[in-house]
Amino acid sequence: MDNLLEVKNMHVSFDTYGGEVQAVRGVNFSVKKGETLAIVGESGSGKSVTTKALMKLIPMPPGRIKEGEILFEGRDLAKLSEKEMQKIRGKDISMIFQDPMTSLNPTMKVGNQIMEGLIKHQKMNKAQAKKRVMELLELVGIPDAESRIKQYPHQFSGGMRQRVVVAIALACNPKLLIADEPTTALDVTIQAQIIELMKDIQKKTDSATIFITHDLGVVANVADRVAVMYAGKIVEIGTVDDIFYNPKHPYTWGLLGSMPSLDSEDAELYAIPGSPPDLLNPPKGDAFAPRNEFAMQIDKEQDPPLFKVSDTHYAATWLLHEHAPDIDPPEAIKKRVAGMATSSNSEKGDRL
Amino acid sequence: MDNDKPNKDLFVPVDTRQDDSEKISRPSLSFWQDSFIRLRKNVGAMIGLVVLIILIVMAAIGPSLNEYDQFEQDLSRAKMPPKVENMGWLGMDGTLSTVQTNESLEQAETNALMRFNNDEDHIETTVLNDGSNGEPAEVEAVYDIYAAKDMEGQNFWFGTDGLGRDLFTRAWEGTRISLYIAFLAAAIDMVIGVAYGGISAYYGGRVDNVMQRIIEILVGIPNLVVVILMILILEPGIISITIALTITGWISMARIVRGQILKLKNQEFVLASRTLGAPDGRILRKHLIPNVLSLIIINTMFTIPTAIFFEAFLSFIGLGLPTPLASLGTLVEDGFQSLQIYPHILLFPAIIISLIMIAFNMLADGLRDAFDPKMRE
Amino acid sequence: MARYITQRLVYLVITMFLIATFTFFLMKFLPGTPLSAADRLSEEQQAIVLAKYGLDDPVPVQYFNYMVNLVQGDLGISFQFDNREVTTIILDRIGPSLQIGFQAMIVGTILGMLLGLVSAIYHNGFLDYGSTFTAVLGQSIPSFVFAGILQYFVGVKLGWFPVALWGTWEHTVMPTISLAIFPLAIAARFMRTEMLEVMGSDYITTARAKGVNKFGVVFKHGVRNALIPLVTVLGPLAIGLMTGTLVIENIFAVPGIGEQFVKSINTNDFPIIMGTTLFFAFFFILIVLVIDLLYGVIDPRIRLAEGE
Repeated sequence: MDNLLEVKNMHVSFDTYGGEVQAVRGVNFSVKKGETLAIVGESGSGKSVTTKALMKLIPMPPGRIKEGEILFEGRDLAKLSEKEMQKIRGKDISMIFQDPMTSLNPTMKVGNQIMEGLIKHQKMNKAQAKKRVMELLELVGIPDAESRIKQYPHQFSGGMRQRVVVAIALACNPKLLIADEPTTALDVTIQAQIIELMKDIQKKTDSATIFITHDLGVVANVADRVAVMYAGKIVEIGTVDDIFYNPKHPYTWGLLGSMPSLDSEDAELYAIPGSPPDLLNPPKGDAFAPRNEFAMQIDKEQDPPLFKVSDTHYAATWLLHEHAPDIDPPEAIKKRVAGMATSSNSEKGDRL
Repeated sequence: MDNDKPNKDLFVPVDTRQDDSEKISRPSLSFWQDSFIRLRKNVGAMIGLVVLIILIVMAAIGPSLNEYDQFEQDLSRAKMPPKVENMGWLGMDGTLSTVQTNESLEQAETNALMRFNNDEDHIETTVLNDGSNGEPAEVEAVYDIYAAKDMEGQNFWFGTDGLGRDLFTRAWEGTRISLYIAFLAAAIDMVIGVAYGGISAYYGGRVDNVMQRIIEILVGIPNLVVVILMILILEPGIISITIALTITGWISMARIVRGQILKLKNQEFVLASRTLGAPDGRILRKHLIPNVLSLIIINTMFTIPTAIFFEAFLSFIGLGLPTPLASLGTLVEDGFQSLQIYPHILLFPAIIISLIMIAFNMLADGLRDAFDPKMRE
Repeated sequence: MARYITQRLVYLVITMFLIATFTFFLMKFLPGTPLSAADRLSEEQQAIVLAKYGLDDPVPVQYFNYMVNLVQGDLGISFQFDNREVTTIILDRIGPSLQIGFQAMIVGTILGMLLGLVSAIYHNGFLDYGSTFTAVLGQSIPSFVFAGILQYFVGVKLGWFPVALWGTWEHTVMPTISLAIFPLAIAARFMRTEMLEVMGSDYITTARAKGVNKFGVVFKHGVRNALIPLVTVLGPLAIGLMTGTLVIENIFAVPGIGEQFVKSINTNDFPIIMGTTLFFAFFFILIVLVIDLLYGVIDPRIRLAEGE
């Protein structure tokens, strides 16, 4: 059994005054040891909620895991009590958050914030913990650790703070690291540094990673496999190559088409029309149908199951059904996919 | 799963592009509609509103609900306890009672009778403890004062005060005056504050600078001190109390209005609107007023109870309305004079002033929540 | 930091000067002189009395003398109590006022904070509604009404504590409770709002993601951050307390400054009114200053920004 994490049919809902918001509507995926899974999707597609639910960090109430299993090393996290979850959080699974400006406690010294997990989970004394904190700061590339640990977060720049957040997450050598858009709130140059740091850490540790982002460029760079989420469901999942070179779901086409790249010939970007559905009243049938130019009658009536494309590649679209007409992605998107192949090949070439 | 065997006919493309992908799925509500809906859902605010309406109606009609006049003195009926027909269970049965304790039962009884001038015809005594168990004897005497004064036909619902004036009439007259002072003070605060803050923010630059320095100094002066000094020179009266309350009261309004306008002036949606060529009038109407108005309303709603409190406070320290005028403050102050023996004189005005304060605060809290865009879903 | 303090002190002096001037001239316009029994005094006698208080000088001279004396801490002589200096009267009476004021402040803010904390932790639960309602009551019911209820039921009916006057610590209980109600309510509401905001912030999620237990999240990460802004309301609360002492001291016959002040208003004893007013103003301004500085000390963001 090499699956570190296996999520089966997870539903997460929020009870609001307006009614039940079904943020995650039946998600299945797994993460192997040492593997990096990227989850991509628009804002509001449920990717953050999915990962927060894994650690049971969604506010409950109003949030709740309605059904499904979260098997981590064979234990179902969905059934664990808050006390038991506290033993897992930070030790076995830890998380890197989006905004380093707000995710550190402003009134606590940085060193103490990193130490907290060590003292709690590894029963270290202050001196041991301090030694480990120095190692961690070196690992995440913060120089002058000795004086830095006595400072408060506001004395750090955004990029440095995100390094601190990474250090906190890595403190206890977690088996699974969840990075929730770790670069979104940063300047572009800092983004690159943090991505490099994340890759570096993947090499040095054997943690598996779930990487949430809406930036497909980052995905190609760090991930082994990719899950595309839309309206609280995974609509396509596969290896990076599957998703980038052989996308099957019209939504994935749209995502790839809307990604700018320098070397694409025509400057025009493809835009997905419309906006995501209101998850307070999810539409009948395929949630993507109203925005799908290839929609069929059945999309309006039944939700498509995940169709198998290959052993590693699945997509939830009726276009893959045997009765469906053969539809090729639009020319513009084909071209861009081709362009992507060359550009990311050349990038890989550069690195080698 | 029946999904695996769908009907072949369903696999026909449909045109969705013009369909409803851009449809807005929830009804669009204006700022005020949305706020009102949320206010209506707030139980506390609604209770506050209902209580306020009842109190205001009572202040309007209360004084004319019985035959007594607010200034009508009659010492022969001074300090009558409250009496309402058929409401004896509330304690408002027009009787006074006392419990006397003494070593001997007889002495306790004598004391109990003495307490009501030995008017034995109208006193009922009950022995609570005859002293046989070693503890002092206790005797309770209940005195039907309405019968004793041969006034069984009359009912003073809230009782009478030390000069025999009907407290029901006076309480509602007092509510009327207190509310009047509070509303007037709040209105004046609002006008001055909005004008000052608006001008300061609108002109900016040196005008703003000077106006803000003035405010900074005024803020440094404790308003309690200013209010007391003003009353001392102005001689107590409805108008002078109102002026004293407004003399520093407008400052917070001015600061809020200025702050909000300055903030809004530079916000993206106002800049965007200006870039798109919206005339000043439209920016003012559509962007500035709705955003500032909610703050003005909330602040005013908090000013009113503060003004009511200060009016009462001034009466209490001897700077209130001159006699024989009644306000809630003077009534409460009066009540304290004979609190130990005739608590009813304090009771009713105290309840009314507390209810007004609670109702206003709950309504103001509700409004603040309702107007807060962060609370929107 | 030093520059900031200096600037604040300059403001303090200017404000005090303005208040003193303002107070002085207001008093000149007021009806009433020390000659309350003027009818019975002959003209010579009146002149002697006026001279005694320096009231026969031209107004500018009086103003100058007043200011000079003020700087030396001399607030003049009471009209009412022969030959007693206002400064002495204030100093004699400051003790009880400070005692119930401090007691009320400490009891009120600490209980209020706890109430607000409970409210925030059990957000939208029964305890939350209960303590929020308690806070609304405390904020709304005027302190003198509350004092009346307390005096009648606890003092007169139950006889647990002395109804009025001063002496033992039992005498301070009811005035303290009456005064503490308002700061309690405000602190509770403020703490609840702040705590809810803090508990919803990202760094709390970070702490939870580290596996910190609920107690640690609330007390180690939450409370500290919620307490810092609470300091900003301490100033207005302290000022509110002084307003409260004016009435509470009267109701419970506490021999403090507030009681003297109200008495002097009713006897037109202007030197005492003026002196006490200035004293109150000075105290207010000082409290606001101290609290602003305190805020700088406890918030690391401000503290370090100043130091750097």
